[in-house]
Amino acid sequence: MSILVIAESNGTEVDRGTLSAITAAKKIGNEINLLILEETEEVINKAQKIKGVSKIFTASGDLEGGLAENIAPLILECAKDASHVFSSAGTFGKNIMPRVSALNDSQQISDICEIVDSDTFVRPIYAGNALETVKSSDKVKFITVRSTAFEAANDEEGNAEIVTGPVAGTNGKSSFVRRDLSESDRPELTAAKIVVSGGRGIGSADNFSILGAAVGASRAAVDAGYVPNDYQVGQTGKVVAPELYIAIGISGAIQHLAGMKDSKTIVAINKDEDAPIFQIADYGLVGDLFEIIPELSDKIK
Amino acid sequence: MKILVPVKRVIDYNVKIRVNSEGTAVEKNNVKMSMNPFDEIAVEEAVRMKESGLAEEVIIASIGDKGSQETIRTAFAMGGDRGIHIVNELNTEPLAVAKILKNIVEKESADLVIMGKQAIDDDSNQTGQMLAALLSWPQATFASKLELNDNDLKVIREIDGGLETLNVKLPCIVTTDLRLNEPRYASLPNIMKAKKKEIIEIPIAETGVDFTSRLEVLKVEEPAARSGGRKVEDVDELIDVLKNEAGVI
Repeated sequence: MSILVIAESNGTEVDRGTLSAITAAKKIGNEINLLILEETEEVINKAQKIKGVSKIFTASGDLEGGLAENIAPLILECAKDASHVFSSAGTFGKNIMPRVSALNDSQQISDICEIVDSDTFVRPIYAGNALETVKSSDKVKFITVRSTAFEAANDEEGNAEIVTGPVAGTNGKSSFVRRDLSESDRPELTAAKIVVSGGRGIGSADNFSILGAAVGASRAAVDAGYVPNDYQVGQTGKVVAPELYIAIGISGAIQHLAGMKDSKTIVAINKDEDAPIFQIADYGLVGDLFEIIPELSDKIK
Repeated sequence: MKILVPVKRVIDYNVKIRVNSEGTAVEKNNVKMSMNPFDEIAVEEAVRMKESGLAEEVIIASIGDKGSQETIRTAFAMGGDRGIHIVNELNTEPLAVAKILKNIVEKESADLVIMGKQAIDDDSNQTGQMLAALLSWPQATFASKLELNDNDLKVIREIDGGLETLNVKLPCIVTTDLRLNEPRYASLPNIMKAKKKEIIEIPIAETGVDFTSRLEVLKVEEPAARSGGRKVEDVDELIDVLKNEAGVI
């Protein structure tokens, strides 16, 4: 039995989320195969070196936009001998995996953060306010992996075999139009070592560009239009776990905490000394953020 | 055009949840229950389509215990027309929910299903995609904007890193993200009218769907609590502790 991992890439390298899913897969079995959808030679070369990957399935056909309707049958075909199918729990995996799982009459297990054994997994429920341990009775298990819960697989010693995979058809019912990605020269939020997040009180994105860190935001700051929606950290946004998380002008709503409470060190800066964020922060600083931030950026250089 | 909107009754999002003393589930007794917030957005979007003449009827469906009827009536007060309540005292997993919804879609000849992207209790984010698979319909998940022209639905979706635009042909499944709309508050006259709208009750055993659980819940626990640290006096002290104590800068 093998484990199939659905890879995502940006065209030059395999995503961090996929590398975490590979680490999770290694806890279950030794034969791990990777399906690469939007392949380039560069990505395949890099993927080949990932330690622990046996085979790489390449794909062709109508892969444009990664439409679930076209790709779900292709994943099932690659998963014929698989006991488990893994993907990262980003929006790509969340969109596609349940479709694949239902086609196989399996009950998917979403967003796992721990593997107990090959049938048993731990996953957060209620925005991470509780953890549920579930045992699956399905023959093939379809799983999305919370990437912050597993280290990235290293990419040095592997030598995977390349296998030409199946061809995706065109479904005729859905079509990809375009993707508008927010451009930024900052580190990617979920992979960054330091994340600075701002709340509604921040006024504008420029006000928290310190430390050369990745920028996150509370739902309130996104709704106020200071930053694009993909900056949102929280239950319905991104889940991050950096070395250092600095929350500026964020009160600490449950939904925000769900997205950052696994960070190694949390700093909270808020003018309200009773803000709930201080109950989980390692270091709290009470004061006016418009005085503190310039001083902090200045002194830290 | 008929729109089906499935809704789920969940613990209100403002409630701080508690795991029961047996460690088997989250305590639901004497806890405020509400409609899943993403489902409210779905109801709002469907009702707006009806109000602008794009749809004739908005059917509300819910699977759950008796209390689910209150949730269906909340959707009625927002503008839903009639309801279907599949009665199950126990938890129903996403795959079984999708199978039941498939039967409803086929029986009602619905052209569009709008539903929440995830329920805030189990956070699965699966049912819409599964329903699309079972019906062989296209799916547009995490929608933040819809534009319907005849049978073509243009959908802007929230994805990691930004936005994506898709065209899907009706019939299709749409799952809602937070910024699709702001759900209305129901007016008192509409709340009164909602009491008179029809709900058909069907016991889950009569749906013909195998609803046996595939996932056995072995335990539910609270995550390790993160204890608060301490306050620092000023920026200098903050920089000092981050450098010398935490070692993160």
